Amino acid sequence: MTGDVFKTAIAFFVAVVVQATIVSSVAPGGGKADLVLVTLAAVALLRGSIFGAIAGFYAGFLLDAANLDTLGVSSLLLCLAGYWIGRYGETTGRDRAHAPLVSIAVVTVLSAFGALALHAMLGESVSVQAGLRALPAQILLNLLLTVPVYALARRLFAPGTRHPIKDVEFG
Amino acid sequence: MLVVVSIAMLTLYFREAQSGPMHSVQGAVAGVLHPFQVGAERVARPFRDAYGWTAGLVNARSENEELRKDLQLLRLQAIQNQTAARENVDLRRALRYVSGPSFPRDYDGIAASVTSHATGEWEQSLVISAGRRNGVRLDDPVVSSEGYLVGQVTKVTRTSSEVTLLTDSTSSVTALDVATDTVGVLEIGEGPDRPFELNRVPKEKVVERGDTISTAGRRFGRLGSLFPQGIPIGSVKHVGQTDIENFQQIQVDPFVDFSSLDTLVVLVPKENRTDTP
Repeated sequence: MTGDVFKTAIAFFVAVVVQATIVSSVAPGGGKADLVLVTLAAVALLRGSIFGAIAGFYAGFLLDAANLDTLGVSSLLLCLAGYWIGRYGETTGRDRAHAPLVSIAVVTVLSAFGALALHAMLGESVSVQAGLRALPAQILLNLLLTVPVYALARRLFAPGTRHPIKDVEFG
Repeated sequence: MLVVVSIAMLTLYFREAQSGPMHSVQGAVAGVLHPFQVGAERVARPFRDAYGWTAGLVNARSENEELRKDLQLLRLQAIQNQTAARENVDLRRALRYVSGPSFPRDYDGIAASVTSHATGEWEQSLVISAGRRNGVRLDDPVVSSEGYLVGQVTKVTRTSSEVTLLTDSTSSVTALDVATDTVGVLEIGEGPDRPFELNRVPKEKVVERGDTISTAGRRFGRLGSLFPQGIPIGSVKHVGQTDIENFQQIQVDPFVDFSSLDTLVVLVPKENRTDTP
Protein backbone atom coordinates (compact mmCIF):
# COMPACT_ATOMS: atom_id res chain seq x y z
CA MET A 1 0.00 0.00 0.00
CA THR A 2 2.81 2.43 0.90
CA GLY A 3 4.48 1.59 -2.38
CA ASP A 4 1.24 2.38 -4.24
CA VAL A 5 0.93 5.73 -2.49
CA PHE A 6 4.53 6.63 -3.28
CA LYS A 7 4.18 5.58 -6.92
CA THR A 8 0.90 7.52 -7.23
CA ALA A 9 2.44 10.64 -5.72
CA ILE A 10 5.36 10.54 -8.17
CA ALA A 11 3.15 9.62 -11.15
CA PHE A 12 0.79 12.56 -10.60
CA PHE A 13 3.64 14.96 -9.89
CA VAL A 14 5.16 14.06 -13.26
CA ALA A 15 1.74 14.10 -14.98
CA VAL A 16 0.95 17.59 -13.65
CA VAL A 17 4.35 19.00 -14.69
CA VAL A 18 4.07 17.48 -18.19
CA GLN A 19 0.42 18.55 -18.52
CA ALA A 20 0.98 22.16 -17.46
CA THR A 21 4.21 22.64 -19.37
CA ILE A 22 3.93 20.57 -22.53
CA VAL A 23 0.54 18.97 -23.19
CA SER A 24 -1.55 22.11 -22.58
CA SER A 25 0.59 24.12 -24.99
CA VAL A 26 -0.46 21.93 -27.91
CA ALA A 27 -4.04 22.05 -29.17
CA PRO A 28 -4.41 19.92 -32.31
CA GLY A 29 -7.91 20.35 -33.72
CA GLY A 30 -8.65 23.01 -31.11
CA GLY A 31 -8.69 20.62 -28.15
CA LYS A 32 -6.14 19.95 -25.44
CA ALA A 33 -5.45 16.48 -24.10
CA ASP A 34 -5.74 16.01 -20.35
CA LEU A 35 -2.91 13.76 -19.22
CA VAL A 36 -3.79 14.18 -15.53
CA LEU A 37 -7.37 13.03 -16.09
CA VAL A 38 -6.23 10.06 -18.17
CA THR A 39 -3.68 9.06 -15.50
CA LEU A 40 -6.35 9.40 -12.85
CA ALA A 41 -8.72 7.19 -14.83
CA ALA A 42 -6.07 4.49 -15.12
CA VAL A 43 -5.13 4.62 -11.42
CA ALA A 44 -8.74 4.74 -10.21
CA LEU A 45 -9.76 1.80 -12.41
CA LEU A 46 -6.89 -0.29 -11.06
CA ARG A 47 -7.07 0.76 -7.42
CA GLY A 48 -10.73 1.59 -6.72
CA SER A 49 -12.92 4.49 -5.67
CA ILE A 50 -11.33 5.65 -2.40
CA PHE A 51 -7.82 5.53 -3.80
CA GLY A 52 -9.11 7.28 -6.95
CA ALA A 53 -10.77 10.05 -4.95
CA ILE A 54 -7.64 10.72 -2.88
CA ALA A 55 -5.42 10.61 -5.97
CA GLY A 56 -7.80 13.00 -7.75
CA PHE A 57 -7.75 15.44 -4.86
CA TYR A 58 -3.95 15.40 -4.76
CA ALA A 59 -3.62 15.77 -8.55
CA GLY A 60 -6.13 18.63 -8.62
CA PHE A 61 -4.31 20.41 -5.81
CA LEU A 62 -1.01 20.18 -7.71
CA LEU A 63 -2.65 21.26 -10.96
CA ASP A 64 -4.25 24.35 -9.40
CA ALA A 65 -0.92 25.25 -7.80
CA ALA A 66 0.98 24.81 -11.06
CA ASN A 67 -1.51 26.91 -13.06
CA LEU A 68 -2.06 29.44 -10.24
CA ASP A 69 -5.78 28.75 -10.62
CA THR A 70 -8.40 28.98 -7.89
CA LEU A 71 -7.28 26.40 -5.34
CA GLY A 72 -9.90 23.67 -4.89
CA VAL A 73 -11.59 23.74 -8.30
CA SER A 74 -9.54 20.97 -9.91
CA SER A 75 -9.30 19.11 -6.58
CA LEU A 76 -13.09 18.96 -6.38
CA LEU A 77 -13.55 17.90 -10.00
CA LEU A 78 -10.78 15.31 -10.05
CA CYS A 79 -11.75 13.95 -6.64
CA LEU A 80 -15.29 13.27 -7.92
CA ALA A 81 -13.93 11.94 -11.22
CA GLY A 82 -11.54 9.57 -9.42
CA TYR A 83 -14.31 8.30 -7.16
CA TRP A 84 -16.74 7.74 -10.08
CA ILE A 85 -14.16 5.91 -12.21
CA GLY A 86 -13.12 3.82 -9.22
CA ARG A 87 -16.74 2.82 -8.54
CA TYR A 88 -17.24 1.98 -12.20
CA GLY A 89 -14.16 -0.24 -12.05
CA GLU A 90 -15.24 -1.91 -8.81
CA THR A 91 -18.80 -2.60 -9.90
CA THR A 92 -18.75 -3.39 -13.59
CA GLY A 93 -15.88 -2.36 -15.73
CA ARG A 94 -12.47 -3.25 -14.33
CA ASP A 95 -11.82 -6.43 -16.30
CA ARG A 96 -13.43 -5.31 -19.52
CA ALA A 97 -11.09 -4.22 -22.29
CA HIS A 98 -13.17 -1.17 -23.15
CA ALA A 99 -13.44 0.05 -19.53
CA PRO A 100 -10.60 2.62 -19.68
CA LEU A 101 -11.89 4.05 -22.97
CA VAL A 102 -15.51 4.26 -21.82
CA SER A 103 -14.62 5.82 -18.49
CA ILE A 104 -12.28 8.40 -20.00
CA ALA A 105 -14.83 9.41 -22.67
CA VAL A 106 -17.58 9.84 -20.07
CA VAL A 107 -15.42 11.58 -17.50
CA THR A 108 -13.96 14.00 -20.08
CA VAL A 109 -17.47 15.21 -20.91
CA LEU A 110 -18.56 15.33 -17.27
CA SER A 111 -15.47 17.15 -16.06
CA ALA A 112 -15.73 19.69 -18.91
CA PHE A 113 -19.31 20.52 -17.93
CA GLY A 114 -18.40 20.43 -14.25
CA ALA A 115 -15.53 22.85 -14.80
CA LEU A 116 -17.76 25.16 -16.82
CA ALA A 117 -20.40 25.14 -14.09
CA LEU A 118 -17.86 25.73 -11.30
CA HIS A 119 -16.13 28.59 -13.10
CA ALA A 120 -19.50 30.16 -13.89
CA MET A 121 -20.55 29.83 -10.23
CA LEU A 122 -17.33 31.57 -9.19
CA GLY A 123 -18.30 34.50 -11.38
CA GLU A 124 -15.56 33.91 -13.94
CA SER A 125 -16.37 34.55 -17.56
CA VAL A 126 -16.75 31.24 -19.37
CA SER A 127 -17.53 30.61 -22.99
CA VAL A 128 -19.76 27.56 -23.28
CA GLN A 129 -19.40 27.77 -27.04
CA ALA A 130 -15.58 27.60 -26.88
CA GLY A 131 -15.73 24.74 -24.39
CA LEU A 132 -18.18 22.72 -26.48
CA ARG A 133 -16.26 23.34 -29.68
CA ALA A 134 -13.08 21.93 -28.15
CA LEU A 135 -14.79 18.94 -26.55
CA PRO A 136 -14.81 16.43 -29.48
CA ALA A 137 -11.10 16.95 -30.13
CA GLN A 138 -10.38 16.68 -26.42
CA ILE A 139 -12.27 13.38 -26.13
CA LEU A 140 -10.39 11.98 -29.11
CA LEU A 141 -6.99 13.09 -27.77
CA ASN A 142 -7.76 11.69 -24.32
CA LEU A 143 -8.80 8.37 -25.86
CA LEU A 144 -5.54 8.25 -27.81
CA LEU A 145 -3.58 8.93 -24.62
CA THR A 146 -5.53 6.35 -22.66
CA VAL A 147 -4.01 3.32 -24.41
CA PRO A 148 -0.32 3.95 -23.55
CA VAL A 149 -1.08 5.53 -20.16
CA TYR A 150 -3.28 2.63 -19.06
CA ALA A 151 -0.68 0.12 -20.24
CA LEU A 152 1.98 1.95 -18.22
CA ALA A 153 -0.29 2.18 -15.19
CA ARG A 154 -0.99 -1.58 -15.36
CA ARG A 155 2.76 -2.18 -15.20
CA LEU A 156 3.24 0.30 -12.36
CA PHE A 157 0.28 -0.83 -10.30
CA ALA A 158 0.39 -4.50 -11.38
CA PRO A 159 -3.26 -5.59 -11.08
CA GLY A 160 -3.79 -8.57 -8.91
CA THR A 161 -0.91 -7.88 -6.55
CA ARG A 162 -3.08 -5.77 -4.28
CA HIS A 163 -5.02 -8.69 -2.82
CA PRO A 164 -3.08 -11.80 -3.84
CA ILE A 165 -5.12 -14.99 -3.79
CA LYS A 166 -3.96 -17.29 -1.03
CA ASP A 167 -4.57 -20.99 -0.76
CA VAL A 168 -6.61 -21.76 2.31
CA GLU A 169 -6.87 -25.19 3.77
CA PHE A 170 -9.99 -26.12 5.70
CA GLY A 171 -10.03 -28.57 8.48
CA MET B 1 -14.74 14.41 3.25
CA LEU B 2 -12.38 15.34 0.41
CA VAL B 3 -15.25 17.08 -1.38
CA VAL B 4 -15.91 19.17 1.71
CA VAL B 5 -12.19 20.00 2.01
CA SER B 6 -12.13 21.00 -1.68
CA ILE B 7 -15.16 23.28 -1.28
CA ALA B 8 -13.67 24.79 1.89
CA MET B 9 -10.35 25.42 0.09
CA LEU B 10 -12.17 26.94 -2.85
CA THR B 11 -14.26 29.24 -0.63
CA LEU B 12 -11.30 30.38 1.44
CA TYR B 13 -9.15 31.00 -1.63
CA PHE B 14 -11.91 32.89 -3.38
CA ARG B 15 -12.69 35.14 -0.43
CA GLU B 16 -9.21 35.96 0.82
CA ALA B 17 -6.78 38.61 -0.44
CA GLN B 18 -3.75 37.73 -2.57
CA SER B 19 -1.63 37.78 0.58
CA GLY B 20 -3.88 35.28 2.41
CA PRO B 21 -2.83 31.85 3.71
CA MET B 22 -4.32 29.81 0.83
CA HIS B 23 -2.46 31.95 -1.70
CA SER B 24 0.70 31.47 0.35
CA VAL B 25 0.21 27.69 0.29
CA GLN B 26 -0.33 27.83 -3.45
CA GLY B 27 2.79 29.95 -3.86
CA ALA B 28 4.83 27.47 -1.83
CA VAL B 29 3.61 24.47 -3.88
CA ALA B 30 4.13 26.43 -7.10
CA GLY B 31 7.67 27.13 -5.87
CA VAL B 32 8.30 23.39 -5.50
CA LEU B 33 6.89 22.68 -8.97
CA HIS B 34 8.69 25.64 -10.57
CA PRO B 35 12.16 24.08 -11.18
CA PHE B 36 10.57 20.93 -12.62
CA GLN B 37 8.36 23.00 -14.93
CA VAL B 38 11.33 25.06 -16.09
CA GLY B 39 13.29 21.84 -16.70
CA ALA B 40 10.42 20.23 -18.63
CA GLU B 41 9.95 23.41 -20.67
CA ARG B 42 13.65 23.38 -21.61
CA VAL B 43 13.46 19.74 -22.64
CA ALA B 44 10.30 20.32 -24.69
CA ARG B 45 11.43 23.52 -26.39
CA PRO B 46 13.64 21.96 -29.13
CA PHE B 47 10.77 19.63 -30.09
CA ARG B 48 8.29 22.50 -30.12
CA ASP B 49 10.70 24.58 -32.21
CA ALA B 50 11.16 21.68 -34.64
CA TYR B 51 7.38 21.33 -34.95
CA GLY B 52 7.01 25.07 -35.54
CA TRP B 53 9.81 25.05 -38.12
CA THR B 54 8.26 22.12 -40.00
CA ALA B 55 4.78 23.65 -39.88
CA GLY B 56 6.24 26.96 -41.08
CA LEU B 57 7.70 25.33 -44.20
CA VAL B 58 4.20 24.62 -45.52
CA ASN B 59 3.40 28.32 -45.90
CA ALA B 60 6.97 29.54 -46.43
CA ARG B 61 6.70 30.30 -50.16
CA SER B 62 3.50 32.36 -50.07
CA GLU B 63 4.59 34.02 -46.85
CA ASN B 64 7.91 35.02 -48.43
CA GLU B 65 6.15 36.86 -51.27
CA GLU B 66 3.86 38.68 -48.82
CA LEU B 67 6.82 39.65 -46.64
CA ARG B 68 8.72 41.07 -49.62
CA LYS B 69 5.75 43.30 -50.45
CA ASP B 70 5.47 44.36 -46.81
CA LEU B 71 9.19 45.12 -46.70
CA GLN B 72 8.96 47.54 -49.62
CA LEU B 73 6.03 49.32 -48.01
CA LEU B 74 7.71 49.46 -44.61
CA ARG B 75 10.93 50.89 -46.07
CA LEU B 76 8.95 53.81 -47.40
CA GLN B 77 7.14 54.23 -44.10
CA ALA B 78 10.43 54.08 -42.16
CA ILE B 79 11.81 57.02 -44.14
CA GLN B 80 8.65 59.03 -43.53
CA ASN B 81 8.69 58.09 -39.84
CA GLN B 82 12.30 59.22 -39.39
CA THR B 83 11.42 62.64 -40.74
CA ALA B 84 8.31 62.82 -38.55
CA ALA B 85 10.24 61.68 -35.46
CA ARG B 86 12.86 64.40 -35.96
CA GLU B 87 10.13 66.98 -36.34
CA ASN B 88 8.39 65.60 -33.26
CA VAL B 89 11.52 65.97 -31.10
CA ASP B 90 12.03 69.56 -32.25
CA LEU B 91 8.40 70.49 -31.60
CA ARG B 92 8.34 68.85 -28.15
CA ARG B 93 11.48 70.77 -27.21
CA ALA B 94 10.00 74.03 -28.49
CA LEU B 95 6.76 73.48 -26.54
CA ARG B 96 8.46 72.00 -23.44
CA TYR B 97 5.93 69.20 -23.73
CA VAL B 98 5.68 66.71 -20.84
CA SER B 99 4.20 63.37 -21.94
CA GLY B 100 2.97 60.35 -19.93
CA PRO B 101 4.91 57.09 -19.78
CA SER B 102 5.24 55.43 -23.13
CA PHE B 103 6.52 52.12 -24.43
CA PRO B 104 9.38 51.17 -24.76
CA ARG B 105 11.20 54.31 -23.60
CA ASP B 106 9.95 54.41 -19.99
CA TYR B 107 9.89 50.68 -19.28
CA ASP B 108 12.36 47.91 -18.51
CA GLY B 109 11.58 44.36 -19.61
CA ILE B 110 11.76 41.20 -17.52
CA ALA B 111 11.95 38.27 -19.93
CA ALA B 112 10.42 35.01 -18.72
CA SER B 113 9.56 31.68 -20.24
CA VAL B 114 6.05 30.25 -20.20
CA THR B 115 6.02 27.37 -17.73
CA SER B 116 2.35 26.49 -17.66
CA HIS B 117 -0.58 26.72 -20.03
CA ALA B 118 -4.21 26.57 -18.92
CA THR B 119 -5.85 23.21 -19.56
CA GLY B 120 -9.42 24.38 -20.17
CA GLU B 121 -10.59 26.24 -23.25
CA TRP B 122 -12.35 28.83 -21.10
CA GLU B 123 -9.21 29.80 -19.21
CA GLN B 124 -7.15 32.27 -21.20
CA SER B 125 -4.15 32.57 -18.94
CA LEU B 126 -0.67 31.15 -18.54
CA VAL B 127 2.08 31.07 -15.96
CA ILE B 128 5.54 32.55 -16.48
CA SER B 129 8.79 31.82 -14.70
CA ALA B 130 9.27 35.28 -13.18
CA GLY B 131 7.70 36.38 -9.91
CA ARG B 132 8.03 38.87 -7.07
CA ARG B 133 11.72 38.10 -6.59
CA ASN B 134 12.35 39.22 -10.19
CA GLY B 135 10.48 42.50 -9.73
CA VAL B 136 7.12 41.50 -11.24
CA ARG B 137 4.07 43.16 -9.69
CA LEU B 138 0.33 42.83 -10.05
CA ASP B 139 -1.18 44.53 -13.14
CA ASP B 140 2.15 44.86 -14.96
CA PRO B 141 1.65 44.84 -18.76
CA VAL B 142 3.05 41.84 -20.63
CA VAL B 143 4.29 41.81 -24.23
CA SER B 144 5.62 39.15 -26.56
CA SER B 145 9.35 38.91 -27.32
CA GLU B 146 8.63 40.98 -30.46
CA GLY B 147 7.02 43.72 -28.35
CA TYR B 148 3.33 43.12 -29.11
CA LEU B 149 0.73 43.32 -26.36
CA VAL B 150 -0.17 39.96 -24.82
CA GLY B 151 -1.96 40.71 -21.54
CA GLN B 152 -1.31 41.66 -17.94
CA VAL B 153 -0.11 40.10 -14.69
CA THR B 154 -3.07 39.03 -12.55
CA LYS B 155 -1.40 36.90 -9.86
CA VAL B 156 2.12 36.93 -8.48
CA THR B 157 3.97 34.44 -6.30
CA ARG B 158 7.62 34.58 -5.30
CA THR B 159 8.80 32.50 -8.25
CA SER B 160 6.05 32.74 -10.87
CA SER B 161 3.21 34.90 -12.12
CA GLU B 162 -0.10 34.38 -13.87
CA VAL B 163 -0.64 36.34 -17.06
CA THR B 164 -4.23 36.82 -18.20
CA LEU B 165 -4.21 37.06 -21.97
CA LEU B 166 -6.00 39.63 -24.10
CA THR B 167 -8.09 36.72 -25.39
CA ASP B 168 -9.76 36.42 -21.98
CA SER B 169 -13.22 37.94 -21.93
CA THR B 170 -12.38 39.88 -18.77
CA SER B 171 -9.53 41.68 -20.56
CA SER B 172 -9.99 45.03 -22.24
CA VAL B 173 -7.61 47.79 -23.21
CA THR B 174 -7.98 51.35 -24.44
CA ALA B 175 -6.59 51.27 -27.95
CA LEU B 176 -6.11 53.73 -30.76
CA ASP B 177 -5.85 53.68 -34.51
CA VAL B 178 -2.32 54.96 -35.05
CA ALA B 179 -3.16 56.44 -38.47
CA THR B 180 -6.26 58.41 -37.48
CA ASP B 181 -5.88 58.74 -33.68
CA THR B 182 -9.34 57.23 -33.17
CA VAL B 183 -9.72 55.74 -29.69
CA GLY B 184 -11.84 52.74 -28.68
CA VAL B 185 -11.88 49.83 -26.27
CA LEU B 186 -10.35 46.59 -27.52
CA GLU B 187 -12.07 43.44 -26.25
CA ILE B 188 -12.52 39.86 -27.33
CA GLY B 189 -15.79 39.40 -29.19
CA GLU B 190 -18.40 36.68 -29.24
CA GLY B 191 -18.91 34.22 -32.07
CA PRO B 192 -17.17 31.10 -33.37
CA ASP B 193 -13.82 32.77 -34.21
CA ARG B 194 -13.86 35.05 -31.15
CA PRO B 195 -12.34 38.01 -33.01
CA PHE B 196 -10.89 41.07 -31.32
CA GLU B 197 -13.25 44.04 -31.56
CA LEU B 198 -12.48 47.71 -31.22
CA ASN B 199 -15.66 48.89 -29.50
CA ARG B 200 -17.10 52.31 -28.67
CA VAL B 201 -15.84 53.95 -31.84
CA PRO B 202 -18.47 56.50 -33.00
CA LYS B 203 -19.63 56.29 -36.62
CA GLU B 204 -18.18 59.67 -37.57
CA LYS B 205 -14.62 58.55 -36.71
CA VAL B 206 -12.42 57.20 -39.48
CA VAL B 207 -10.90 53.72 -39.19
CA GLU B 208 -9.68 51.88 -42.26
CA ARG B 209 -8.80 48.30 -43.03
CA GLY B 210 -5.08 47.65 -42.47
CA ASP B 211 -4.62 50.45 -39.91
CA THR B 212 -2.35 49.59 -37.00
CA ILE B 213 -3.93 49.47 -33.55
CA SER B 214 -1.83 50.15 -30.47
CA THR B 215 -2.47 50.85 -26.79
CA ALA B 216 -3.75 54.37 -26.17
CA GLY B 217 -2.51 54.66 -22.59
CA ARG B 218 -5.42 56.97 -21.97
CA ARG B 219 -8.31 57.19 -19.60
CA PHE B 220 -11.54 55.88 -21.10
CA GLY B 221 -14.42 56.30 -18.68
CA ARG B 222 -13.61 56.57 -15.00
CA LEU B 223 -10.47 54.45 -14.77
CA GLY B 224 -7.06 55.12 -16.29
CA SER B 225 -5.37 52.58 -18.54
CA LEU B 226 -2.91 50.12 -16.98
CA PHE B 227 -1.07 49.87 -20.30
CA PRO B 228 1.43 52.46 -21.46
CA GLN B 229 0.94 54.22 -24.74
CA GLY B 230 2.31 52.75 -27.95
CA ILE B 231 2.34 48.97 -27.54
CA PRO B 232 1.33 47.49 -30.91
CA ILE B 233 -1.69 45.17 -30.75
CA GLY B 234 -2.78 44.33 -34.30
CA SER B 235 -4.20 45.62 -37.55
CA VAL B 236 -7.78 46.37 -38.57
CA LYS B 237 -9.29 43.41 -40.42
CA HIS B 238 -12.84 44.56 -40.98
CA VAL B 239 -14.80 47.79 -40.57
CA GLY B 240 -18.58 47.90 -40.76
CA GLN B 241 -21.61 49.70 -39.41
CA THR B 242 -25.35 49.17 -39.21
CA ASP B 243 -28.25 51.62 -38.94
CA ILE B 244 -29.33 50.40 -35.53
CA GLU B 245 -25.91 50.55 -33.79
CA ASN B 246 -24.42 53.77 -32.43
CA PHE B 247 -20.87 52.57 -32.89
CA GLN B 248 -18.83 51.04 -35.69
CA GLN B 249 -18.11 47.32 -35.82
CA ILE B 250 -14.35 46.97 -36.09
CA GLN B 251 -12.51 43.66 -36.03
CA VAL B 252 -8.79 43.57 -35.28
CA ASP B 253 -6.31 40.89 -36.30
CA PRO B 254 -3.74 40.56 -33.46
CA PHE B 255 -0.01 40.55 -34.24
CA VAL B 256 0.52 37.83 -31.63
CA ASP B 257 -0.26 34.16 -32.15
CA PHE B 258 -1.71 33.44 -28.71
CA SER B 259 -1.50 29.69 -29.22
CA SER B 260 2.29 29.58 -29.47
CA LEU B 261 3.73 31.81 -26.78
CA ASP B 262 7.09 30.63 -25.42
CA THR B 263 8.76 33.72 -24.04
CA LEU B 264 7.09 36.83 -22.66
CA VAL B 265 8.38 40.16 -21.41
CA VAL B 266 6.89 41.84 -18.35
CA LEU B 267 7.13 45.62 -18.53
CA VAL B 268 8.15 47.39 -15.34
CA PRO B 269 8.38 51.18 -15.12
CA LYS B 270 11.94 52.51 -15.05
CA GLU B 271 11.23 54.73 -12.05
CA ASN B 272 12.11 53.10 -8.70
CA ARG B 273 9.27 51.19 -7.12
CA THR B 274 8.50 51.93 -3.52
CA ASP B 275 6.58 48.75 -2.64
CA THR B 276 8.57 45.93 -1.08
CA PRO B 277 8.69 42.40 -2.54
